[in-house]
Amino acid sequence: MTKIFASVGKYMMLMWRVFARPERIRMYLKQYLKELEQLGVNSIGIVLLISLFIGAVITVQIKLNIESPWMPRWTVGYVTREILLLEFSSAIMCLILSGKVGSNIASELGTMRVTQQIDALEIMGINSASYLILPKIAALMTMIPILVVFSIFAGTIGAFCSCWIIGIMPASTLEFGLQYMFVEWYVWCSFIKSFFFAFIIASVSSYFGYTVEGGSIEVGKASTNSVVVSSVLILFADLVLTKLLMG
Amino acid sequence: MIEVKHLYKSFEDKDVLKDINTVFHTGKTNLIIGQSGSGKTVLMKCLVGLLRPEQGELLYDGRDIVKMNKKERKKLRTEMGMLFQSAALFDSMTVLENVMFPLDMFSNMTVRDRIRRAMFCLDRVNLTDAKKKYPSEISGGMQKRVAIARAIALNPKYLFCDEPNSGLDPRTSLVIDDLIHSITHEFQMTTIINTHDMNSVMGIGENIAFINHGVKDWEGTSKDVFTSDSESLNEFVFASDLFKKIRQAELASREK
Repeated sequence: MTKIFASVGKYMMLMWRVFARPERIRMYLKQYLKELEQLGVNSIGIVLLISLFIGAVITVQIKLNIESPWMPRWTVGYVTREILLLEFSSAIMCLILSGKVGSNIASELGTMRVTQQIDALEIMGINSASYLILPKIAALMTMIPILVVFSIFAGTIGAFCSCWIIGIMPASTLEFGLQYMFVEWYVWCSFIKSFFFAFIIASVSSYFGYTVEGGSIEVGKASTNSVVVSSVLILFADLVLTKLLMG
Repeated sequence: MIEVKHLYKSFEDKDVLKDINTVFHTGKTNLIIGQSGSGKTVLMKCLVGLLRPEQGELLYDGRDIVKMNKKERKKLRTEMGMLFQSAALFDSMTVLENVMFPLDMFSNMTVRDRIRRAMFCLDRVNLTDAKKKYPSEISGGMQKRVAIARAIALNPKYLFCDEPNSGLDPRTSLVIDDLIHSITHEFQMTTIINTHDMNSVMGIGENIAFINHGVKDWEGTSKDVFTSDSESLNEFVFASDLFKKIRQAELASREK
């Protein structure tokens, strides 16, 4: 228990350093643009691929499981939309991204630590925590809501594909269900949640990477721990945010 | 000039440095030597401000880094250059970008002037041809030379080198030693080298401090090493048969 409190304390102290006033905005912007590409743009492919297939699978599963003469067929589209909007494209997609992006951040910073690159920045008089971590947090918080939009669209296309390619039901019926009783607030909920999840992924992974001590084995451990801890925190935050946003 | 006065540093009740007193002179290559675990790396880390000593003063031309606030320490650090054991070049940047990095961060020069300065530093270490390469594409010796170019980019007053020859072949080690030595004289820097390479000790040791079990055991020049009566220093420096023979030959020639 003491170890957990010590880690939380260290994390808070690191965040205090991260949000210090940037020394050279120009250099931070350069890093920010680099991180936008590395963490965000490079994740578009996997987000589209996973969302497309999961959208199709959700539709097929719903169709098979709620097939009943008492249920209108368009219910499949309605349920698919609610799952995509409320959980999959925000929470589950961020869980997947915590694996891809989180391990990337932790191993990059961990390697920089063990090869003394972070020490080199400190010796130069640069706030290494701020210079390395702040652009990552800012870039991920910018890109993840955009990735959520991509995920919602790809999931919806996947749902239509299950109609066009597999032919489980008429696409017009699915479309009716997708549009039925649409609540715009759910989209905003998805964005708000993903914003928090992005902060969790970037800051927790950075903490584990930045505080590595030792060699390559410790970098590997830090990478694994960052994924595990940020996933748990995302699940916990998902519960709290869902309750707060949707009552 | 850097003065170390009554420096103490410990980790969890283990005293690593005990009452270190020494002076590192301007325009000279000052060496800190000692066995592994003797405390020389800890001394170097205290000097550059990565570790805070429990007691003592570290005076940079009269300015005590231990008592400085964040702002003063940050300013002082722009006067320092450091060459790390692993070169510590930024993997994601090219050689030129690595050398330009301190200039981008701290100078108000125009882009053209920054490139010109970086190219001058690369030229000084004979690496202008490698400017577009990434650190992973060049040899260990070249990486060290790039690190030297980066360290001198801001024209520092103080240059710190942590085991600059580790992992290098003897010939490349000589190149690095000569480069550090000539740069120190050319730019009149206070250079401190942390090493246990005996070739460096004999070749460029203008002021040597020998650390043994956390205590400064001996101080002198590379010529004084031969006549030292410090048992621990002799055991450390003349550990190999080759160096024992060199010592005997040197002493014999001096007697003549």
